[in-house]
Amino acid sequence: MAEKKIRIMVAKPGLDGHDRGARVLARCFRDAGFEVIYTGCHQTPEQIAAAAIQEDVDIVGLSCLSGAHRYLFPRVVEVLKEKGAADITVIGGGIIPDQDFPLLYEAGIKAIFTPGATLDTIVQWVRTNVQPRKS
Amino acid sequence: MTEEFEGMEQVRKIRAGDVRTASRLIRNLEDELPEAKNAIRRIFPHTGRAHVVGITGPPGAGKSTLVDALIASFRKQEKTVGVLAVDPTSPFTGGAILGDRIRMQRHAEDPGVFVRSLATRGALGGLSKAVGDAVHVMDVMGKDLILVETVGTGQQEVEIINHSHTVIVVLVPGMGDEIQAIKAGIMEIADIFVINKADRDGSHQLESELMSMLNMVTEFHGGWRPPIVRIGNCFEPGPFGESLEELAAAIGDHYRSLVETDLLGDRMKRKTMVEIHEALRDAILAPILKEMTESGEMEEIAGRLLRKETDPYTIAEEVARRRLK
Repeated sequence: MAEKKIRIMVAKPGLDGHDRGARVLARCFRDAGFEVIYTGCHQTPEQIAAAAIQEDVDIVGLSCLSGAHRYLFPRVVEVLKEKGAADITVIGGGIIPDQDFPLLYEAGIKAIFTPGATLDTIVQWVRTNVQPRKS
Repeated sequence: MTEEFEGMEQVRKIRAGDVRTASRLIRNLEDELPEAKNAIRRIFPHTGRAHVVGITGPPGAGKSTLVDALIASFRKQEKTVGVLAVDPTSPFTGGAILGDRIRMQRHAEDPGVFVRSLATRGALGGLSKAVGDAVHVMDVMGKDLILVETVGTGQQEVEIINHSHTVIVVLVPGMGDEIQAIKAGIMEIADIFVINKADRDGSHQLESELMSMLNMVTEFHGGWRPPIVRIGNCFEPGPFGESLEELAAAIGDHYRSLVETDLLGDRMKRKTMVEIHEALRDAILAPILKEMTESGEMEEIAGRLLRKETDPYTIAEEVARRRLK
């Protein structure tokens, strides 16, 4: 039986086109042994959720530096729920002020990583909190 | 009883086109869970309807962008499409970046399109071990076309031929693939050649070289001479605007030609042969190897070989005699 791998999606919802951080994370996750589905910039929450279901990912990592996270992040969680995929973990990162954390947590975002978080912290969080899906 | 009921539910859902269930089954296949095999057993009788198209070629040839454009073309014809996009697993970390889907995201919300990315997980040949069965899953979902996009090292993706009815080889001018195409055996597996990014320098030269090679073939299998389709920028109108439709038409033509010359059965037989070999290897060889490793016999044999007390062929014969009575 083969080793079960974590499948993680790295996505940038909305109009923010600065993807260097997301690309660095994608490579980092690959180096950690995950299978990374990188969907790039300019995705709607609906596109992200649809892709996450098609790809059977365990976790979706959203990146947003433009400030639109208050709408976009909860919307991804909402759409996943509507489509019967509420079990997919959603985490977020980017430029997110501390005072927005409670709103995001309440909306179902499980963790938030802002500038200063080390790559290692993020990888460890995923390893500890996300199990590759069993059948 | 519950397991059987669940199994039937799973089949029902897949036949109804349920993406989540199908993608989960593909996951189970990738993870080599035993129940995945049972699921394939159940869906197997319903397979054989879809047209499977393999798309291969060197990295950077623009395969994913081409697949994206083909999806749009087939959707205009109201055909449903499944895509299996394979990317390499890092041999050092075991992880992978599956980045083909990024080029196809405009179709993400189209219920008639199902894109699934897979990592090779160490398999050679440009595909993953699970691809063959993943094709069956998408077939049973009712997809009219299944596009399988391979890694494309340029040398090793001939395995695609075992799973496809139609193989498209995508080349680009000036990448040195004028030479590569001759080296790699790609010439033999192509049913259609695409010269992508044909607006670049060297495109005419590449086309001439392909034409000369094709002119040297005395007899084409089934009488099908692979067409060469030149495609520029997929999305810009102009000299190459019609080429994409030309490619879509060639794909349909090839399938018809297989049916008319009765070669469709041949292609499907090739796939079943590969599947039988794989299944037998799993059923017969794998358990033997596992037992020999666990019991320490393998270590002992390695020792004997290193001391040149025996050779691998003698060992193999001896094991076969002992274990396969």
